[in-house]
Amino acid sequence: MADTPTPLTSNVHDKGRWERFRESDFFFAFKRSPVALVSFTVVCILVFSSVFAPWIAPTNPFDPASLNLMNGFTPPMEPNAFTGSAFLMGTDDQGRDVFSTILYGMRISLFVGASAVLFAMVLGIVLGLVSGYFGGWTETIIMRVADVQLTFPSILVAMLIFGIAKGFTPVEYRDQMAIWVLILAIGLSDWVQFARVVRGTTLVEKKKDYVAAALLIGRRPWAIMIKHILPNALSPVLVIATISLALAIIAEATLSFLGVGAPPTQPSLGTLIRIGQGFLFSGEWWILFFPACTLLALALSVNLLGDWLRDALNPRLR
Amino acid sequence: MLAFIIRRIGQSILVLLIVGLVAFSMFRFVGDPIDNMLGQERTIEDVERLRSQLGLDQPFPIQYFKFLQGAAQGNFGVSYRQGRPVAEIIMERAPATLELAAVSGLFAIVLGIALGVFTAIQRNGVTANFIMASSLIGVSLPTFLIGILLIYLFSVELGWLPSFGRGETVSLGGWWTTGFLTESGLKALVLPSITLGLYQMTLIMRLVRSEMLEVLRQDYIRFARARGLLDRVVNFRHALKNTMVPVVTVIGLQLGAIIAFAIITETVFQWPGVGLLFINAIQFVDIPVMAAYLMLISVMFVAINLIVDVLYVFIDPRLRADRSGAH
Repeated sequence: MADTPTPLTSNVHDKGRWERFRESDFFFAFKRSPVALVSFTVVCILVFSSVFAPWIAPTNPFDPASLNLMNGFTPPMEPNAFTGSAFLMGTDDQGRDVFSTILYGMRISLFVGASAVLFAMVLGIVLGLVSGYFGGWTETIIMRVADVQLTFPSILVAMLIFGIAKGFTPVEYRDQMAIWVLILAIGLSDWVQFARVVRGTTLVEKKKDYVAAALLIGRRPWAIMIKHILPNALSPVLVIATISLALAIIAEATLSFLGVGAPPTQPSLGTLIRIGQGFLFSGEWWILFFPACTLLALALSVNLLGDWLRDALNPRLR
Repeated sequence: MLAFIIRRIGQSILVLLIVGLVAFSMFRFVGDPIDNMLGQERTIEDVERLRSQLGLDQPFPIQYFKFLQGAAQGNFGVSYRQGRPVAEIIMERAPATLELAAVSGLFAIVLGIALGVFTAIQRNGVTANFIMASSLIGVSLPTFLIGILLIYLFSVELGWLPSFGRGETVSLGGWWTTGFLTESGLKALVLPSITLGLYQMTLIMRLVRSEMLEVLRQDYIRFARARGLLDRVVNFRHALKNTMVPVVTVIGLQLGAIIAFAIITETVFQWPGVGLLFINAIQFVDIPVMAAYLMLISVMFVAINLIVDVLYVFIDPRLRADRSGAH
């Protein structure tokens, strides 16, 4: 293979996906960018440790049996005055290990952020395809709503949706449903970017010959939209999804910090910061400091990764 | 031109009608308003009387119309939690939010323009580069963390400034309370205004900087320097003036954002404004307060957008031909 130069097109199909990926410009650019490597590593470590939280965390912070009130307010890396136990990041007022609560909290933050972005992405893609492909009054309505929504800051939209949805849920389900309501609120506040990009691509692509050809051989509109048009929009969608993930994580933390997000029974990073703020004045800085740093590391590395992805995949978007 | 303005106003009214419908549905369908107003001990006659008194036995469109009529007159019903008219509560809280928004807006505009000009003139200077780099960090920090950081530095460690509340306020004319006239009121304003205005400050700074760099490259600046004009005159009279059109637009659009983000700042600093009222209303599902806030904030946003759009057409004649044909 090495001595006979074959045209690139046939060559591509001889190799596996992984092989092709390793030889791509994309992977080359990734290897050469320190920012991408560092932020990707940080994201991987954080995602890994939150997914495997039950095996990594020294204690289960939500199991009352494992808590010892005597351990309360232990500073980080110092043995407790009564029990002698030491904790990597100290404990909170109830003797919960801060490190463990962070791992479990990050799990909820990541779950809410990722689900909200996924929801926004699916909704945005469907609405974008429909409005771009069919046009007419469907397009007018969808894009008008998008315009109106864009004039409001998305955090405000999320708050309003959260408030309305909370009002409609029966009182006894409110705490259980809070996480799902949060996903709905953040997702609905974030679909516009996806819809705009997908609609733009659809408008350009649907005029091309291959779409006409697909129509001629009798493919249905939905198959054309999803199989033929959508792949053209995938790289900008991927970029927007990564940047949205960072925004969604911050939005979730903000809402939970304000007390209108994750309930205290399922604390996310934002809830932990809210709890920690109460101890700022009495000198127990670690209850606030470590969750805040984790949130910053998570949001910043996802953000940097998204920025790099945008530059690497599509220089036009810069 | 006139057609554009009329269509734009029509769209704004449509948006407000839809928001009103959402607010009204919340009010009407979340729980039973009668349950919320009458206690446990009540007779069927009481319920029926209140139902017809509130007009809840009438058809939906008529109820909606009456709700809009009330809202237009500033009548949003009674707060479930405080048992007082919502309009009264909001009027009482509004000065706190407006003063906070005004001070942080001023902070963002003055410091943003000053730093933007400075970083543009000293393009490769050490201080300018440092300011640009730290502004990146400022943009990526969530607002509430900035607030907590400032509280930790200036209230907990240094003890210079209060960490919560408005300090002492003075009542003016019976309906406005101001914190501008007492020392503790002014001190209490510092940290919340910085927290709220920091993001807008960096935004304005970066915009002014890039616009200034663009303008400073142009020929008329070179000729002004060749004429021997002072640097100060060239930079401020000739260059800065020409960067103002986009800056003014962004400032206009950010006004709404400041009011919206005041919710976060007010919660961090327990500032007794409308934003904190709204957050508490969400926590306790106080529907009338939520509905009123929703209506108020939409009126504000729609009005700001309308004004900015119309002003745009007035300022920039090129848009007139384009806009009236499009859509």
